[in-house]
Amino acid sequence: MSESQIKLEVRSLAKRYGKFVALAPTDLVVRQGEFLTLLGPSGSGKTTLLSLIAGLTTPDEGTIHIGGVDVTHGAPYERDIGMVFQNYALFPHMTIAQNIAFPLKIRKHDVAHAKRAVERVLDLVELPHVGDRFPRELSGGQQQRIALARCMVYEPSIILMDEPLGALDKKLRDQMQLEIKRIHRELDTTIVYVTHDQEEAMTMSDRICLMRGGKIEQLGTPADLYFRPRTTFVADFIGESNLLSGVASAVDGETIRLNWTDLPGSGVAMSNGVLINVGDALTVMIRPQNVNVGAHSAVAGSVNHLAAPLTDFIVTGGVSKYRLALPNRQTLVVAELTRGNTTARAPGENVGVSWDACDAVAIREA
Amino acid sequence: MRLSPAVVIAPSRPSSGLFARLLSRDVRCAAPMVIYLLVFLITPIFQLLKMSFLPHGEWGLANYTRLFAAPVYLDVLAITFKTAAWTTLLAVIGGYPVAYLTTIASPRFKSSLLFWILLPFWTSFLVRTFAWIVLLGRNGVINQWLQAMGMTHAPANMLYNFGAVLVGMVHAMMPIAILTMMSVMANIDRTLPRAALTLGARPARAFWTVYFPLSLPGVAAAAIMVFVTALGFFITPALLGGPHETMITQLIIDQVLQTLNWGFAGAISLLLLVTVLIVFVLYDRFIGLSTLTGGEPTSAASGHRSNGLARRAGFAVLESLATLCDAIGAAFSRLLPRRRGSSGKHPALWAIAIVTLVFLIAPTLLMIPVSFTSASAIDWPPQGFSLQWYGVIAHAPTWGSAALRSLIIGIATGILSMLIGVPAAFLLVRSKVRWRALFFAFALLPMIVPRMILAVGLFYLLARLQLIGSIIGMVLGHTTVALPYVVVTMTAILKNYDVRLDAAAASLGANRWTTLRHVTFPILGAGFISSFLFAFVTSFDELTIALFVTSGLNSTLPKQFWDEVTLSVSPTIAAVSTCLFVFSALVIWCANRLRARGTA
Repeated sequence: MSESQIKLEVRSLAKRYGKFVALAPTDLVVRQGEFLTLLGPSGSGKTTLLSLIAGLTTPDEGTIHIGGVDVTHGAPYERDIGMVFQNYALFPHMTIAQNIAFPLKIRKHDVAHAKRAVERVLDLVELPHVGDRFPRELSGGQQQRIALARCMVYEPSIILMDEPLGALDKKLRDQMQLEIKRIHRELDTTIVYVTHDQEEAMTMSDRICLMRGGKIEQLGTPADLYFRPRTTFVADFIGESNLLSGVASAVDGETIRLNWTDLPGSGVAMSNGVLINVGDALTVMIRPQNVNVGAHSAVAGSVNHLAAPLTDFIVTGGVSKYRLALPNRQTLVVAELTRGNTTARAPGENVGVSWDACDAVAIREA
Repeated sequence: MRLSPAVVIAPSRPSSGLFARLLSRDVRCAAPMVIYLLVFLITPIFQLLKMSFLPHGEWGLANYTRLFAAPVYLDVLAITFKTAAWTTLLAVIGGYPVAYLTTIASPRFKSSLLFWILLPFWTSFLVRTFAWIVLLGRNGVINQWLQAMGMTHAPANMLYNFGAVLVGMVHAMMPIAILTMMSVMANIDRTLPRAALTLGARPARAFWTVYFPLSLPGVAAAAIMVFVTALGFFITPALLGGPHETMITQLIIDQVLQTLNWGFAGAISLLLLVTVLIVFVLYDRFIGLSTLTGGEPTSAASGHRSNGLARRAGFAVLESLATLCDAIGAAFSRLLPRRRGSSGKHPALWAIAIVTLVFLIAPTLLMIPVSFTSASAIDWPPQGFSLQWYGVIAHAPTWGSAALRSLIIGIATGILSMLIGVPAAFLLVRSKVRWRALFFAFALLPMIVPRMILAVGLFYLLARLQLIGSIIGMVLGHTTVALPYVVVTMTAILKNYDVRLDAAAASLGANRWTTLRHVTFPILGAGFISSFLFAFVTSFDELTIALFVTSGLNSTLPKQFWDEVTLSVSPTIAAVSTCLFVFSALVIWCANRLRARGTA
């Protein structure tokens, strides 16, 4: 990655409120044109990091560079950023056109040019006829688009979004996710996006920065986080997962052989590049859809197989789920696509499950 | 009071429909207040106005020809307007930074700021006006300082002129202005100015083009509250002004107490009433009355495309203000290098706000050392230390009995106005009837009608009922005045109460009484008590009605205070002031404790 491609660079940035560490010293680099999502539960520091980047909060230590310029202690208006707030923050006393023209007016664009720019972004968000209306006359989804338009009209070097879809209902949210992605592609802007919704993060991001307790837990592409979680927190937070604990008994390159801690038998998992030694305590993650259900005899030949009684069988829609009660009182979840010939199984029935070694991810306990 | 939804009576026959409606919950809630205000507000005012048209027992306009024939009355009206306008301007401009600061301060600072705003708000107008006599008098604090510092050699005449009245009036009205603006500012979304910053606006531009326009309804509401109150004010001009500062309500007092000319007093009252009504109509036309109760400005008034010219002009003014402030700010930041983490501290704003708060509080605090003087008159700096003036109060039967009467009247007023006002507040919150807004406006009438007109009207009514000088008469009068405060505060409190909690308690098997005892009252109790305190303090500090309805041994505390202070300026009054000040500080402290417990 060359220097010129870096849009945002955060070094050892930290923020404390009294004894509470809102953000532990953190490093983050965002490239030009990238869509990066700060994902995490509430209190994970994602919003703190975003307001530090925006300049709405002052950091205790560390530096922030935007486009190569040190803006660590610069005011928000000196940073060339755009921000979309969760409640949209449209100015209620200005019309939609005035709202969108506000940043242009500050930048002293001439009136005719501003008018054309406003029309252009209104077209971009597909609301060409609302310029004369007031924000309160628009629906939530429309206000969201206007907030986006107001942010894009002056082409800031980076756009920050703080849970912008949090107040919308599910259907509208799905639609707006695609909309924002489309606009991101068309304008080739850099976006830092905050959300607590992992599906949203998976859908939209080039990279996801998963945060926990004021620290970055894992930074990578959605596929990285989904297929190669580095911690059990990541495995648990992103998608559904079964987590079984074991101890490494043999290491052969990427392939790890292990003995289950509180289950009978042994299994095989993949290390995905993490250095694992014999004797290490491991957690193995298996996604529900990668587990096969079958008769006892059918799975016995697999490298990973267990037998357990079925407690539930649920058709949730496109996916059917099995829940098995493992001997260690854990529940193992299995998912498969619902088909017409899916045989209903009764709770209590003893079933066998198996999974491939390549679908089992070994995570070393910290 | 009942919190469970009333049984809906759905009559099938029209004949039972009327009967059901008469007994419906809405009517039962509304009736006490409506009847009370009809008897003790509307009737007395109409009586008074009627008398103005019966100059010699017959219908005629003699009172009005007299009113408009001599220039003196219209001159007084002009002075009243001038005083009220200046008071409004200064109180709103001075109060704005303080109100603004309360909305951006941290919660800890906010509650102490609130205390220092509420302290002068709850302190008697009389006490605060008296403090200015002590400050501005010939041997007053300011003159002594000026002479001690050698800036003047003879005491300057600072009392009994327009400046003194204005200082006193602004001092009296500013807390109302601050509290009114605060209530609107608290509802302004704090992310809006932040959003403006991220869009590239400098702080001053973000303030003037985003925050300030949004706070204008609060400014307008504060302005009309102060203006209308100031129009009907008489304590400050009477104590701090000279003959040239006479205001219209003082004329009414003279007509009633000196010349006993009820008809002419009625004529002046009508003039004042019409003036106030015109002010309200103009306000409603241009800004919208709904802003007074925290609503959005009406769309026509907020310049909804219709009067775009005025709007654009307004925006242009704000834009240039923004540019000017930003230029000054930029110049300063070039002079002073930016300190780390200095954003969000607003040192200049704090300085202005502290000066304002000192202006509001310091005069009253000065009463305390003055009251302990061992000299025989008010002097500065106070000489020695003695409790002699407190001894005078303790031994004079008048002060003790006045305090006791005021206490009894205040408590009775609190109870009566709660009994009438709480059902009305329930109706306003729960009911969706169409005449809700009208009902609310009716409930606010006692706040809008100048107190003096009500007082004179009540004087006449109570005289016919043989209740002059009685505690009952005072309670009846004070309840009229306290009712709108109870209705407003209780409406606000009930609005925040979640009815589903009652439903939840009922679903868990609690009957109506246990629900009330274990759920409703623990949550609303603090609100009830602070509402009661509001009514109590309103009565405890009430002078206008007491001025006519009580005398001599029947005096209430404010009346006794007034009688003494118009006779002489003695340290006794400073001692009484100190007692009253401590009392109001205690009341606020209790109310604060209750509120903290209520929200915990």
